[in-house]
Amino acid sequence: MEKIELKEFIIDDRGNGIFRINRQAFTDPEILDVERREIFDRTWLYAAHVSEVAKPGAFVTRRVGGRPVIVTCDASGKPHVFLNSCPHRGNLVCLEKSGSARALTCFYHAWSFDLSGKLLGVPDAEAYTPAFKREEMGLKSVPRMENYRGMIFISYDAGIESLESYLGNAREYLDYMIDFGGDEVEIVQGAQAYSMKANWKLLVENSMDGYHALSTHHRYFHQYLPDIGMDPAAWAGANRTMGRGVSLGGGHAMVESPQRPTPLTSSAKVELDAIRARLVEKHGPDRAHRIADYTRNLFIFPNLILISLWHTVRTFYPLRPDYMEVDAWALFPKNDSQQLRQKRMDNFLSFLGPGGFATPDDVSGLEGCQRGFATMRELPWSDISRGMGREEPSSQDELQMRAFWRRWDALMHGRRGPSDCADRPERRLAAE
Amino acid sequence: MATQDLARVAPVRSLDPAVTRAEIEEFLIHEAALLDEWKLDEWLALVAEDGRYLIPSLDTPDSDHRTALFLISDDRRNVASRVKQLLGRTSWAETPHSRTRRLVTNVRILEQAEDWVKVTANFAVWRFQHEATDCYVGRYIHVLVRGPSSGLMFRERRAVLDLETLRPHGKLSFIL
Ligand code: FES
Ligand SMILES: [Fe+2]
Repeated sequence: MEKIELKEFIIDDRGNGIFRINRQAFTDPEILDVERREIFDRTWLYAAHVSEVAKPGAFVTRRVGGRPVIVTCDASGKPHVFLNSCPHRGNLVCLEKSGSARALTCFYHAWSFDLSGKLLGVPDAEAYTPAFKREEMGLKSVPRMENYRGMIFISYDAGIESLESYLGNAREYLDYMIDFGGDEVEIVQGAQAYSMKANWKLLVENSMDGYHALSTHHRYFHQYLPDIGMDPAAWAGANRTMGRGVSLGGGHAMVESPQRPTPLTSSAKVELDAIRARLVEKHGPDRAHRIADYTRNLFIFPNLILISLWHTVRTFYPLRPDYMEVDAWALFPKNDSQQLRQKRMDNFLSFLGPGGFATPDDVSGLEGCQRGFATMRELPWSDISRGMGREEPSSQDELQMRAFWRRWDALMHGRRGPSDCADRPERRLAAE
Repeated sequence: MATQDLARVAPVRSLDPAVTRAEIEEFLIHEAALLDEWKLDEWLALVAEDGRYLIPSLDTPDSDHRTALFLISDDRRNVASRVKQLLGRTSWAETPHSRTRRLVTNVRILEQAEDWVKVTANFAVWRFQHEATDCYVGRYIHVLVRGPSSGLMFRERRAVLDLETLRPHGKLSFIL
């Protein structure tokens, strides 16, 4: 196929209210190469939560931004993130998914390291010259690591701005995602590691797409909710509550709606009321209202989504243009009663994950889009113009996705300064 | 489910007549056939009123559904809804229905009490959909009781996958 120049991948016609994406952005391996270089290697990426490595000696391994990394808690309780590749000749230093250890030993030639990365042992060390400096041969840290209230982010760009400044306006909403239980939060044991045969940007869109809910998740609203004795009217009725879609700047975005009845609000009403009262005590009535009385899907550019209906943290990374790995966890209050925790998990599982009553339908939808893109030559454009002419785009509109795409487009062109992500520049100034 | 918890759930009836491995194998083969044939209503009738359908997360295969996040942790009400949804017209992940073929083998009785029996079996479930082939491999750990008509039923139906991740499978949208 004839190669399209990068500049033509987006039609952003604010005057007429038309926004289109060229489908080649979802299928082209060269685009993915540029995304790796210009986006994933130059942004902040979520790596882990401190609760996963809570005790000295704890470690977990995973892939972040395409690299194998080891997240550790050293003897003094400090978290670290290292590249999981031996400074000697490259072997993966740690092969376990998680565990606890005083030292990590690379089996290839038995170099060993403590959990702060220091090189401890080198068999037959006398064979090296004085120019060989042990202190330079420890585990290699990722170029940047910062911890925002327990959430460990890393960046492969040593010169990137601070995490707090990167999060910008999203910080306030991230705080709500952490503060909701009136208590510290932790990652619940049990990770959902799955995949989708679809481009990663389809999951960005889908993760904050209010428009698809009633059709894609018809069975959840019209079958599951009634089956557990709930009226789906607040979700699916003619007078259903609408929320708003928001561009938060920097490509971060959100959909936010007033809280509606969920399996959790009906099964745990007493507990949630008590938590709300605690929030009022702790944060005052206004902030408690903002934390507890809304639901939000918060997207942190480029690949992190937090959804307050289930308190999930989800991140994803493309291995190919048409295939991504997805990792999702539950981020719940540490000191909930066992009953409340189980209610939260039941609520989570009724909707989310590979076995939920909703996520598999999202997987099918996204994979269907990807297969449909084989018609790209005849049908090159996808439309995400919904609500573009509106003063206040709703959660059913697509502003929040345009916000992502505008930042994507800027970075793909090397424009690293602030981007104009909102539909209306004047509203952007007011909101951001 | 720990043994002491099983005792707390009211028994359906005692395991009388005593259960044999042959009867258990017969039951598991019958169950697998119903699922492969998408006779989900008939299959649902094999789940006891206090029955649960469980699939632990793949990184914590031995965990407890009350304290760890599972992939599936259905009580009887959710299993019934799952069946209804799958037989309805808007379970897009199973439209068209996956073709599945289950191989269930290595059946063993693990533990026997007065009114329940704990059994294990290995499984390989082949799944075909949209010209993709996925194989789900693992072991079942079931707690069976006798139902009102003296046939066996599930009090707990646990599928523990050996897969390290659900990649490239992506979903568990049919009943495993
Ligand atoms: S590669 Fe690790 S010790 Fe040689
Ligand atoms: Fe969805």
